[in-house]
Amino acid sequence: MTTPISSMLLVVTGSFIGSFGAVFLKSGAGKLTRNVLKLILNWRLAVGVALYLFSSYFYVLGLREGELTILYPLVSLGYIFTFIWSRIFFKEPFTTNKFIGLSLVVVGIVLLQLGNR
Amino acid sequence: MKTEETAVQSGAKPRFRFTRKQSIGLVLGATIFGAAAQMLIKYGANNLASSSPIDMVTNPPLFTGYALYGIFTVLLVLALRDGELSILYPVISMTFAWVAILSVILLGERLNLFKVAGIGIIIVGVAILGRNSNR
Repeated sequence: MTTPISSMLLVVTGSFIGSFGAVFLKSGAGKLTRNVLKLILNWRLAVGVALYLFSSYFYVLGLREGELTILYPLVSLGYIFTFIWSRIFFKEPFTTNKFIGLSLVVVGIVLLQLGNR
Repeated sequence: MKTEETAVQSGAKPRFRFTRKQSIGLVLGATIFGAAAQMLIKYGANNLASSSPIDMVTNPPLFTGYALYGIFTVLLVLALRDGELSILYPVISMTFAWVAILSVILLGERLNLFKVAGIGIIIVGVAILGRNSNR
């Protein structure tokens, strides 16, 4: 069984879109208030949730066909994208602990998903 | 609960800030809801009578699953208010570990070396993120 390029592209697109969901949630979270109306009108949070839903659509399409050993690691790309955006958009410093922690998490996810096959 | 009290007592402009560990704790709590949501949605989807949109909304396990995802999102946003995205986002991966553990307990799925190693490595990774010393 081979993995179609289209499946790989769909999964990468899904993780790319999802990583921006995280960026909008973070950005909206910075504007949290106790004012209920303002909370409802917090468009950043709404966009964040919408991007997540949108990304799951690509995952479902992408994971239908192809080898999961190739596709699952691509899903974890979302964690790496988000890590990069947090530096670019929120000026969060890269530290050694973050690199090690993130790398272990990505390896762990891939192993777990391989075990689920 | 304690955080609410602190915010109220501090007077006119309450601005309680979660510490890094508290934010990570919130996300860890959120992942339990996220894992329960995934289990319920998987169960609901497998036992769906038909694929009509009405069935998808009124099916109790699916409906409960979506609601738990809502709680997951609220807790995540609350944590993101004060915490760093680059630390908190990878913590969400604990959802995968909970789902694997719950599947063994509730569905009788068998553990294998890959799963045990995966769960263990994710936990170590999250622990190292918690030790981050830049604040």
